[in-house]
Amino acid sequence: MSKRTIIPIGPYHALQEEPEFFKLHVEGEKVVHLDIELGYNHRGIEKLSESKDFEETIFLVERICGICSTSHPLACVQAVEDAGKIPVPERALFIRSTVAELERIHSHLLWLGLAGHFLGFNTIWMWAWRFREDVLNILELITGNRNHYGMMKPGGVRRDVNKTDLPAIKGLLDALQDPIKMFRDAVIQDPLIHARTQGVGILTREMAIAYGALGPTARASGVEIDVRRDHPHAAYDLVEWGVVTCEKGDVFDKAVVRILEMFESIRIIEQCLEQLEKVNGPVDSDPRFVAPGEGIGHYEAPRGEVFHYIRSDGSNRPIRHKVRAPSFMNVPTNRETVLGATVADATIILAAVDPCYCCTERMAVAIDRDSGDHLLDARDLIRLSCEKTDHMMAETGLQGPDLPMN
Amino acid sequence: MSGAINALTRSINVFHLAGSACNNCDIEILDALTPKYDLERFGITLVGSIRHADMLLVSGVFNRKAATRAQELLQQAPKPYLVVAIGGCPASGLMFRDSYNWYRQPSGYMNIDAFIPGCPPKPEAIISAVVKLVEALRSGALAPRCLQGDQLADRARVAETV
Amino acid sequence: MNSTDIIKRIQAHLGDRVLETLHRSDRRIYIDIEASTLEAASRLMIDEFGARFQIATGVDTRQGIEVMYHWALDEKDCLVTIRILLDHTSPTLDSIALICPAAEWIEREIWELLGVDFVGHPDLRHLLLDADWPEGKYPMRRDYGVTT
Repeated sequence: MSKRTIIPIGPYHALQEEPEFFKLHVEGEKVVHLDIELGYNHRGIEKLSESKDFEETIFLVERICGICSTSHPLACVQAVEDAGKIPVPERALFIRSTVAELERIHSHLLWLGLAGHFLGFNTIWMWAWRFREDVLNILELITGNRNHYGMMKPGGVRRDVNKTDLPAIKGLLDALQDPIKMFRDAVIQDPLIHARTQGVGILTREMAIAYGALGPTARASGVEIDVRRDHPHAAYDLVEWGVVTCEKGDVFDKAVVRILEMFESIRIIEQCLEQLEKVNGPVDSDPRFVAPGEGIGHYEAPRGEVFHYIRSDGSNRPIRHKVRAPSFMNVPTNRETVLGATVADATIILAAVDPCYCCTERMAVAIDRDSGDHLLDARDLIRLSCEKTDHMMAETGLQGPDLPMN
Repeated sequence: MSGAINALTRSINVFHLAGSACNNCDIEILDALTPKYDLERFGITLVGSIRHADMLLVSGVFNRKAATRAQELLQQAPKPYLVVAIGGCPASGLMFRDSYNWYRQPSGYMNIDAFIPGCPPKPEAIISAVVKLVEALRSGALAPRCLQGDQLADRARVAETV
Repeated sequence: MNSTDIIKRIQAHLGDRVLETLHRSDRRIYIDIEASTLEAASRLMIDEFGARFQIATGVDTRQGIEVMYHWALDEKDCLVTIRILLDHTSPTLDSIALICPAAEWIEREIWELLGVDFVGHPDLRHLLLDADWPEGKYPMRRDYGVTT
């Protein structure tokens, strides 16, 4: 009779202690059940928002998540604009998309680094995060901050982009092309990465749709949805770009979607910068009043659709503000993708939906089952994942992605 | 004791504890490890277990659940250790302190030795603060608060203030 | 199919079970129904329109507890919100989690924050709040924390 063991997987970040996300129930090597528990990050933001005015709440929602700190504000201001029928000047639309796409690039690079780390390729981690710094530099040039940019406001953006800065921004952006190509070639072609991620953690198209999966998690499974194209907003229907999808829905496809999306983001930003040379005018329609009504704002954050609903009653505060981050829909898909997987693959599968745990909320240990067995913690699981890579390297002679060593 | 403190400031094992954080501070801490900022050249390394920690980096507002867990973890930290609160959240709760899920000021149940303000503080600020803290310890200007007899406050009970 | 057509199709299927429609814009439609129509309306969105369930929103209002189900018609650039008003005293809805797994978590959230009972939910327990959160205290109700 096989024994059941419970393995809590905790920190998303290997070296950071956070309450466990998931409890894996394992029989032998295989995962047979997944418990997901939230509770550690709930800060009551929706209710707090009701005590903030429409501008203050932008700063509140910005801090829902540190990585998508433009996504929530952008969806939020769009909800307010929808509710109050507030116009946005054209120049602001290009600035919105510029900042938003820069965020996408830095978010995907962050994920790439972590994925590399979980697989045992720390050079990917260091390189991805090194180039991420360059993206943060561009954001700092435009917004004044590396993160928590404070750019969005109902009616436009809070700061204009100086035309004199545009050449510098373009230069920094150009300098990112080669590194991202390096990642694309190193990661997508690498047979060892294929061996570790292809066929692993498959989310079928049917399951992706049933769970309402979003973003790269859905697109990797062939569900071709992207709020930027399907429900145009900001500058997305004013520039040319493409939606990236794959078909198999495994960890590899999720990685491919994210890597290739970065090129589309660069395309979008370049066109926005060109427009910012030409399109003049204000960047803020300076609304003083939000008419009573209700509005929905949604935006394709790096993880998928982020959704805000705002109800206004003519006062200066929302009387209801609903926030739904993409991970709320994506994380439950782990129940399907991790079933039957080995313990060594569990970490990369769970990481593949790129859970913005602070968006969704922290996940922790759930119901206790029996078993006095030794529990593996997250560090053990990452170690197992790295060991699997090492074994594969030894067996196959493959070296892993070809990245410069220094 | 000063020998232990001296050893503590030579090569610092840092343990990160996030409680209800937006993770921006957490990522800046990890950024501080990357080659651009390179915390490791100061002899600072992140460790995976609180039992090996010399310094705890604490971020977030610590809602009830997170606070309970933090208090459990702190019991396991071997003294002496330092606690550094990163960002505005553990210092004051920032805009979250009126929430129904706010528990209490983390300094009420954690012996915090230093606060690094910011939202988030940049990696340079984090490194600068850590360096200041270490120098203050070496010069004797500061002693770890965990040794000063401040008792950790009573544990979180949910029903208490709902 | 534009938003007017969408409304007409919904009315064709649900008839007088549609209490009210609000055509807020080309991209935003709001439909009011009774609680008893929820399953039919949900199946309509999924099967007939191929809509994507985005999320549900619960609101405590003077008139009652409102629950809105937000659906995206991605190919039509239109969002349809289906709205139900429940009594304050014992707000109850049938769970749609079994026909729409995407709704499973949000029903738990609305249950714990607003006190709406979702009948037939496969796993109705706390999602965001502590497991020992006091019963009967719903943070998103307007009278939460009021002691008098």
